[in-house]
Parts: sequence; structure tokens; C-alpha cells
Amino acid sequence: MSSGGSRLRVKKQDSVTVVEFIDRNILDEANIQQIGEEIAGIVESANAPKLLISFENVDHLSSAALGTLITINNKIKARQGQLRLANIDPQIFEVFKITKLDRLFQIHDTTDSAIKSLS
Amino acid sequence: MHVRNVRSDIERVETGLLSAMERHGFEDKSRFALRLALEEALVNAFRHGHKGLNADLPVLVEYQVTPSRVQLSIEDQGPGFQPEDVPDPTLDENLEVPTGRGLLLIRSFMTSVEYIGRGNRVEMTYDRPGSQTG
Repeated sequence: MSSGGSRLRVKKQDSVTVVEFIDRNILDEANIQQIGEEIAGIVESANAPKLLISFENVDHLSSAALGTLITINNKIKARQGQLRLANIDPQIFEVFKITKLDRLFQIHDTTDSAIKSLS
Repeated sequence: MHVRNVRSDIERVETGLLSAMERHGFEDKSRFALRLALEEALVNAFRHGHKGLNADLPVLVEYQVTPSRVQLSIEDQGPGFQPEDVPDPTLDENLEVPTGRGLLLIRSFMTSVEYIGRGNRVEMTYDRPGSQTG
């Protein structure tokens, strides 16, 4: 299912890079690896990056996807940047709560609220 | 059903399980739980169970769906493991470690989880919420 194309939609809103996923299911390891590499490229091209990852349209994700988010968070912190997550479906939010990653990440209900928190 | 570490095999077993659940009227929440547990157990089997072994080795997946319960087992061909040796990923010192959450998610979403034999077979039960089982 993995293709050569990007697995992300990326746009810039003010100083914030907003990333959305093309896949509804972030489960396949090869796709997760590609997503991690694409976002790492964005993070590493900026000083103090401000990144918002929106989970709009995402129905499923696995612990491997959580691992990639943690790695991204660590890279952003190392560059004195900030990461926000938004639009997380209630079932997926439960996964964040179970793993206590709702304590590690700053999670917002909407992209607007997340962007405001970064400005 | 034998499942290889290729997406088409994984999706075939997933579709079979989820379709069976749908036929028995399980809600979206239940199907989400089973899909997650199956994905996590398969990743564990291939990534950890079969570590250092032939990458083409399949795992055995069996499931049974009734109106009130789903039973699912995944057996790999590796040496097994001791679940109690896996660190708790929710401890503060492990929160930023990117791995080790699969078992926690399986345990959280399933009604019961048991590791059989040398630890290379996991058997899970999911009771339909609100159903009288037994």
C-alpha cells in the first residue's frame, strides 16, 4: 500500500507548520516510518520549529505511531521548538490516556486553539 | 490462519475478524478495540517474537466470534518472552521512550489476556460490553 507519494498534507499558517495525515489508518509500519521521516525533515529544516499535527480524518493508530510521535517530540524539543496535537477522535484519545501520553503532549480540541497556543 | 509480515496478509485477517464482528452486531467501539489488539499482537509477534529468525515465517492467528464474545489468539514461532519483564511505559522515566506500549494497549482494551507456554502464544478474550457471558 506504500507508494512513492507523500503521506502528509503540510501547510503553513502564520509561523506554524500544520501537518495532516492522508491515511485514515496509521498502522502499517512502512507508512509510519515514512511519516516519521517526512515530519523529521520538516522539523530539521527549521530553528525552534512550531509544529501542529492534526488527526482530523484519522480513525486508527498503533503504538508504533505513538512511538514516532514521541521521537518527533524529542527532535522538536532538541531544537527548542514546540509541538501541539489536535482534532483527536475520542477513541484515539483513549489510547493517549491509557498510555499517559496525554501528559507528555499538549493536545487541543481544535487546530484554531492549538495555533493560538503557539502564537 | 497463517499470516506473513506483509500488509495484504494482515489486512485479510483483520477484515475477516472485523466482518465477523459486524455480522454479530458489535459496535464500532468494540471493532476499534479488536483491531488495535490484533495489530499490536502481530507487531509484537513479528518484531520481537521472530527477531533474528527468517523474516518470511508466518504467525498463526485464530479467532472465534459469538454475539457476546470474541476470542483471539496469535502464536509466533519464536522463543517466547516473559511479559513481566517488559517495563511499564507509563512511568515518568519511560514516558519519552518510543517503544513498549503494545502490551499495555492490548491489556487495556481486552477483557482478559493470557500468555501460554513459553510466551510465544497470546490468547485474548473480549466480552461484549453489557452482555451476560458464561
